[in-house]
Amino acid sequence: MAQAIQRFVPDGASVAMGTALEPLIPFAAGHELIRQRRRDLALVGPISDALFDQLIGAGCVRRVTAAWVGNVSEGLGHCYRRACEQGIPAPLEVHDHSNFSVSLALWAAAWQVPSLPTSSLLGSDILRTNPNLVAADGLVHVQAVRPDIAIVHVQRADEHGRAHAWGPLGITEEAGLAADGVIVSCEDLVDSSVTLSDPNRILFPETKVVAVVHEPGGAHPSPVQGHFKRDHAFYRDYAEQSRSVAGFEAWLSRWVFDVPDRASYMKEIDGEAIRITHHQFSAPADFGDT
Amino acid sequence: MVAVASREIRDGDLVFVGMRLPILAYAVARNAHAPNARGLFEVGLMRDQPASEFLGTMGDPPNVTGALWATRMSNVMALMAQGRVDLGFIGGAEVDRFGNLNTSYIGEPSRPKVKLPGSGGGADIAILSRRWVTLMSHERRRLVERVSFITSPGYGDGTPGWRKRNGLLGGGPVAIITTLGVLRFSEGGGEAHLASVHPGHTVADVRANTGWDLKVADDVSETSAPTDAELAASRRFDPEGFWTGPSARSGGTSP
Repeated sequence: MAQAIQRFVPDGASVAMGTALEPLIPFAAGHELIRQRRRDLALVGPISDALFDQLIGAGCVRRVTAAWVGNVSEGLGHCYRRACEQGIPAPLEVHDHSNFSVSLALWAAAWQVPSLPTSSLLGSDILRTNPNLVAADGLVHVQAVRPDIAIVHVQRADEHGRAHAWGPLGITEEAGLAADGVIVSCEDLVDSSVTLSDPNRILFPETKVVAVVHEPGGAHPSPVQGHFKRDHAFYRDYAEQSRSVAGFEAWLSRWVFDVPDRASYMKEIDGEAIRITHHQFSAPADFGDT
Repeated sequence: MVAVASREIRDGDLVFVGMRLPILAYAVARNAHAPNARGLFEVGLMRDQPASEFLGTMGDPPNVTGALWATRMSNVMALMAQGRVDLGFIGGAEVDRFGNLNTSYIGEPSRPKVKLPGSGGGADIAILSRRWVTLMSHERRRLVERVSFITSPGYGDGTPGWRKRNGLLGGGPVAIITTLGVLRFSEGGGEAHLASVHPGHTVADVRANTGWDLKVADDVSETSAPTDAELAASRRFDPEGFWTGPSARSGGTSP
């Protein structure tokens, strides 16, 4: 992970993360961005359950393009509030979206058109604060948003970048198509015979994927279908500790700066409490051709 | 609140469920009067049966297992844009007399007093679903004369035909369900009025805790108490009172 972040996410990059909404959030990648002290990132995502809040609090972020920033089960994002209200640790530019419009902004970039129209957001004051949403002719024209890089966590991938994810996908596909490149982190690194056995499940063209990182637990505390439940208590503790700057810094030391990598981090959490043990496999699809 | 919200769901409705209390309301309705309702979740899910375990978010694994459809968000939004979503639930930090919700900024957006998390799917639901309901803790600071920022539009400035004039496809809010009572809107929108008061509270209480001069329906009634079936379902899906207990997280905003 350290290498992938070092090589493909420079200061100032625009980065799409948390694109499956609450599940599969690439926290390990986010924490590596913090450890490498990235600056001036432009984050793109739908709702970013706590990850954007952490990156903002750590001073990595110049701009957020998102529908929602906070902690889904606990409420407000305290670092996000401090940045917007008091400029702590740094002022933050916010491009407000709705979930639908952030999806359309990425589809527009994916399809190489300047904007896509929608009848959502008519009558909303979001149009006043986001210059990339333009009302004309009875529609809202959502300007394309093209991330430099999309970072996703999935259940399994092969070394060629063929990623399989299942469960709800949120805006993952449009984020990957819109971005110049994709970093994939995965629970299981599998042989290509596994990924190619079900090409419908491959998320992106392999030509988009610039790095594959085998990172078990890389989405904790967010859930990974078939692997991990959501760690509600971890989100609650984060919400409580991040209420103050000092509390947030202590949290950051404990869970980011004082752990060199995700493998060490996973030794610190109670993984068994959240591990999914009752598996339910789908029926295989027959790709036979002769 | 959960039981009252569940009664807004009609049998056969396609419901844009969202998070927190509405997840419970959906579960209660399915187990009581709306066995043929279906739920949509913006994460990219459709379900009929409520999840079998407690959910902290709509994307938790128990909400995925047994789903009718697991897909991308834009597919779910397509159904709503087509007018196929009968009812949506939206949370909010502030609502005003015309049903507009603010989940974005308290104070000037360039230097806000409070930065709230934002729209999530709220604005989309408010504009595109056929009808919607919001749930709110009943406090003067939350039920305000006019919100300073309309994230999710209700009836705008309250003038007749505001939604149609501005091109909003869905019908708008039908109820504001609070911890003290139920506020409703007349056919065609406009201004909210008090329709019923929850047991143990009075019309005077409700008006005193509302930030505008709240109109009261001529036939204002007492909200029917939760039935045994409603209570049982609520306890089953929130056994530890995470969403419904005394320190429940019901006052914030959800995506």
